[in-house]
Amino acid sequence: MKNGKLRNLFWKRFRQNRLAVAGGIIVVGLFLIAVLAPFLSPYSPNDIDRKHILEPPSLAHPFGTDDLGRDILSRMIYGSGISLSVGFVAVGIATAIGMVLGAVSGYYGGWPDRIIMRFIDIMLSIPTFFLILAVIAFVDPGIWSIGGLPVWLKKILQRIPFIDPSIMNIMVVIGLTSWMGVARLVRAEFLSLKEREYVLAAKALGASDLRIIFRHIMINSLAPVLVSAILGIAGAVLVESALSFLGIGVQPPAPSWGNILELGKNNIEIAWWLSVFPGLAILITVLGYNLLGEGIRDSIDPRLWETERH
Amino acid sequence: MVLYLAKRLLEMIPTLLGITLISFFIIHLAPGKPTDILTELNPKITPEARERLEKIYGLDKPVIVQYGLWLKRIVRLDFGESFSTDRRPVMEKIWDRKQPLLDRRLFITFMLNLLSMVIIFLVAIPIGITSATHQNTLYDRITTTGVFIGFAMPSFWLALLLMMLFGVYLDLLPISGLKSMNYDSLSVAGRIWDRLSHLILPVFVSSFGGLAGLSRYMRSNMLEVIRQDYVTVARAKGLPENEVIYRHAFRNALLPIITLLGLSVPGLIGGSVIFENIFGIPGMGQLFYMSVMTRDYTMIMGILTIGAILTLLGNLLADLGYMLADPRIRTK
Repeated sequence: MKNGKLRNLFWKRFRQNRLAVAGGIIVVGLFLIAVLAPFLSPYSPNDIDRKHILEPPSLAHPFGTDDLGRDILSRMIYGSGISLSVGFVAVGIATAIGMVLGAVSGYYGGWPDRIIMRFIDIMLSIPTFFLILAVIAFVDPGIWSIGGLPVWLKKILQRIPFIDPSIMNIMVVIGLTSWMGVARLVRAEFLSLKEREYVLAAKALGASDLRIIFRHIMINSLAPVLVSAILGIAGAVLVESALSFLGIGVQPPAPSWGNILELGKNNIEIAWWLSVFPGLAILITVLGYNLLGEGIRDSIDPRLWETERH
Repeated sequence: MVLYLAKRLLEMIPTLLGITLISFFIIHLAPGKPTDILTELNPKITPEARERLEKIYGLDKPVIVQYGLWLKRIVRLDFGESFSTDRRPVMEKIWDRKQPLLDRRLFITFMLNLLSMVIIFLVAIPIGITSATHQNTLYDRITTTGVFIGFAMPSFWLALLLMMLFGVYLDLLPISGLKSMNYDSLSVAGRIWDRLSHLILPVFVSSFGGLAGLSRYMRSNMLEVIRQDYVTVARAKGLPENEVIYRHAFRNALLPIITLLGLSVPGLIGGSVIFENIFGIPGMGQLFYMSVMTRDYTMIMGILTIGAILTLLGNLLADLGYMLADPRIRTK
């Protein structure tokens, strides 16, 4: 089957899955909200208004105000950019590590495989949240801004509004503690693909290991990696908001859904709007990415096409 | 079977070593020395006193030697003294022998997780089976929607909402701690209810997330098993549907679940940081959170190691369960 035809088939399958389309719309919508934040938000997210402290939702402040009189809707709109950038960068880091380790492990086998698999087992045995907290406690946020990251990555990160060291820290920490699933996935793909005839043919033609790994095998295992990355963004958004809720994630005044919820907890008896709206935003975001990811998985899995033709 | 178990136990040793190495490495990522936290608070401290302090903790030696010394101590479950103001041994803070069992931190966390796991198991499996046997009905659609929402629901948000509803607006349940202030003056029945009512919300919240995952997994396992030939044979020989589902299909669909339960241990233990913090439960998760906030490094290393050991034990138990359930492994 030609490439174009396959793509059409994918779109046809994807469009039929209404939940997946809904997920896609949520994801695109959130992206637009994050990018257009300065135009969409009625107030500046850090405008302090001492005359309107902890006000319930009204026409002027649709989602109410917080303990400093800041507009919750505006903070949530800006917070969406932070949540999503944490999700994307963290998943980018995790996927890169997972792909490299998974490829080495699956392609070469032998002792590299044994060492990497053992390392994965070890990482999986430490309760994830414990690990993340411990790293956050002991890693000085400054190291990312001074020289810990490549320059090009820093340049991109600086373009995203409100990126401060605490956010960089969260991105890197989540990335470094969530690559194990991708590594296992890529390893499994490599194990099954490296014995295929087309790979043997490439080998017989004298292709180098690197060429085989990247041009022949990696390309063919990208689809499941993409699905796991999309689902991973949902996971990273959840972890970020949990950390910010505990007060060790994104630090105020930078707005984050999680740290608004922390205010909600501190004012639980008087201000329900601080607890309800940001949580709903997290729920919708995670739901959107999950639906999109599962939808894509179902649409690219030929085994599922077969069953439907019966 | 004994051989298999022994092999699994042996395999745990390098993993355990790796875990201690990683815990140790993380702590040494920190700029400065761990004792800085002790000396920071005391500006009048002399350089000599500082050096003496570093010597006590072995910080003047090379990192490798420090790791060796630390390892030698934790084999005896001696994690040193906490860096917080009370200076108690780490082990005593986690497992205080002077307190009744019900008030020891590790026991509290362990019991809460065990309870959530039992509830997850008891609720998710019937849901998974029935939505598989009633595939594409309204019931199946409702549970599937519930599962998707359950996956996406941040547990701490659910906790907040329930605290608001049951604690603040309806005023039905306590929202903080494990027992009331007047616990000691209550009658026996009152005490039992007091304990239980404090447990309802935390256990519900911590089992909610796992519920979604497990019931979904059970459903797909069941769907796969129902299509197998031996199930068709069971039906063909005229067995009642209930017997087919619960005797023949169910047992085989259950097998992979055991592994999943073992794998869910690290998530549950890690999650206890969140909900113990929200509900003010004096368990190991709360202690870990407080230690992180104060950079209490002996405490953090201790809890990291203990959490990992618990995870490994969970995996071992899952292996054992698998062996008991699957005759193919048993006879090997």
